[in-house]
Amino acid sequence: MNLEKVIFGFFILLAATLNFGFFIGDIAKPELHNVYELFAALVVSLIATALKFGDRTQIGAVHLSTSLVADLQLIAAAVTWAMAVHVTGVGMTPHVTSSVVSLSGGALFANIVSVVLLIAETLMLRR
Amino acid sequence: MNSAFFLVLRRMRAPIIVLIAIYAIAVAGLTLVPGVDAEGQPAPPLSFFHAFYFISYTATTIGFGEIPAAFSDGQRLWVTVCIYLTVLGWSYSVVTLIALLQDKGFQSTLTVNRFRRRVRRLKEPFYLICGCGETGNLIARTFDRAGQAFVVVENNEMRVDELDLQDFKTDIPALAADARQPETLLRSGLCHPRIRGVLAVTNDEQVNLAIAIAVRLLNPDIPVVARARSPGVAANMASFGTDHIINPFERFADHLALAVAAPERFRLIELLTSLPESPLPEVHRPPAGRWIVCGYGRFGRAVGNRLREAGIALTIIDPASPDASPDIGGDGTEANTLLAAGIAEATGIIAGTDNDVNNLSIAMTARELNPRLFIVARQNHNANGGLFTAFAADFTMVPSHIVAQESVAILTTPLLARFLALLRSGDEARCGELALRLEDACGVRTPAVWSVRLNISDAPAAWRHLMRDGSFTLADVLRDGTDRSTRLPVVVLLVDRAGDLIVLPDDEFALAAGDELLLAGRHRARRNLDFTLDNANELDYVLDGREDSGTWFGRWLAARGSGGQRPA
Repeated sequence: MNLEKVIFGFFILLAATLNFGFFIGDIAKPELHNVYELFAALVVSLIATALKFGDRTQIGAVHLSTSLVADLQLIAAAVTWAMAVHVTGVGMTPHVTSSVVSLSGGALFANIVSVVLLIAETLMLRR
Repeated sequence: MNSAFFLVLRRMRAPIIVLIAIYAIAVAGLTLVPGVDAEGQPAPPLSFFHAFYFISYTATTIGFGEIPAAFSDGQRLWVTVCIYLTVLGWSYSVVTLIALLQDKGFQSTLTVNRFRRRVRRLKEPFYLICGCGETGNLIARTFDRAGQAFVVVENNEMRVDELDLQDFKTDIPALAADARQPETLLRSGLCHPRIRGVLAVTNDEQVNLAIAIAVRLLNPDIPVVARARSPGVAANMASFGTDHIINPFERFADHLALAVAAPERFRLIELLTSLPESPLPEVHRPPAGRWIVCGYGRFGRAVGNRLREAGIALTIIDPASPDASPDIGGDGTEANTLLAAGIAEATGIIAGTDNDVNNLSIAMTARELNPRLFIVARQNHNANGGLFTAFAADFTMVPSHIVAQESVAILTTPLLARFLALLRSGDEARCGELALRLEDACGVRTPAVWSVRLNISDAPAAWRHLMRDGSFTLADVLRDGTDRSTRLPVVVLLVDRAGDLIVLPDDEFALAAGDELLLAGRHRARRNLDFTLDNANELDYVLDGREDSGTWFGRWLAARGSGGQRPA
């Protein structure tokens, strides 16, 4: 058992599951998308990215890039939320909610790719 | 593509013109015949558009009833004529087309085009095998098992069809054509940027000669390996620089003589050049003394000459040869001939006629007369392999095997040829020791021999490590990637460092970037080593047991010593 691989696998999977939890539900209904879940997904995704810094293998590099894509999408979702609620004061209208959720949907896709890469890497392993 | 397309057009010219004419007559007629309206009053005929529309669905027997107005009797009369006319026209075209599709010439054009397209699209390095008889087939199988791409050209259509039925892992581009034609060779990728070499291994040495010349002239940069039977053709091939000429008879004679003079060295060469992952050949220890040669044709002569050089006295039996001992009649298949040749005192016999049944008969009679005799049997056809295995001669010579082994060994690993050349001066004890090491590493199968260069494309992880973090020794890197405490069963035969050859480097030999290694071992060990040299994390693990995959987090974890190093 390799502790590093356990921790990394845990964070990758957790990032995907949290993201999925936030994403699921009617896209325009704010009460179905808890902002704390978005926050948790973003934090876990950032940690997963940091864990992959410095890997020199090809698959490690692709891992890093998909993680970065997920981060970017989630940050964009968070910024949209903050703008609507605190800057412009529009609040969570159906329009704003659907923007936030669809951005997190993009992140979900990147997270799924990450999980697939994780599986591929595990299958390649000899130990 | 183009030639087939134009062939279709040319053949279909007449039917298409007939069809156009019939349509024109039908449509034009329909625009002239007056119609009738709902009240029975005369109405104007159909317009061109409606007439064409009506004829289109009628002629193709689709039979819509879509035009609402009922026809007049005049129109009905004309349409009846049209229906029969157009059915005739269409049938004529369809029959012509089907005849064309079944045409031999057309089909072969299609096959050639498909083959050409496949060869043109080859992305990986490939070899061109000319001749797919017993030898070519063996070579093809070996390449297929090693994952090496190749293209086959064979004169006999049946053999090409048989290729499809054999269980090859990949779908092989194969063409039934005469390889003597330069056009055929060009079609098969002779000037393709990815071609690596040509093997001229047809049964006809004149064809092989023609192929060798064509390759020398059309693509002088790639190596040609050609099979020859007679010394004249071999000399001819050598005269214009054929890279490697294999005469199976001469080669076998060399081997036999070497086996008499230096059995250990022969054993080593046999191990290294046999087809990879085939059953281990048995140990041959032909004795010196007096031998009987049955059959003194090209094969017998070649073997005889070499054996005489090795200090062996020969008694020759061959009714057709003037060199044969005159007082012995018969061809060796009968006991009294062999007795007259002195089989009781002989140490070895060579059953070397070009007839497999006779060879077996000679060998069996000889064994009965003198069980201690060393028996060499010549097997001419692969199909008789079962019989020869059942007889279990001390040494069986199969020409197709010899050619296949040698060409595969020479072409796929050029470094091996240099190693074999260096072996000529090696002493017996060292050769024997190395042969034992190889057998240890590979168990009951023969080793695969391959070379790997420590550069950015073949071994990126190893190359980076050597450039950045310094050197590592052979003992460091030749470890199992699953469990680094076990050594990989691989023998390093040779290291080529910028032209300097280091023979059999020991475990403490330090590698440098750009070294080319010649290795021998099982395919499995090769895959294991390839992955280690390719993947930086795997290399780290193999070199010093680090499992942290190089990330900052992993290194921090390992530095805390909390578990990153824990063995699996």
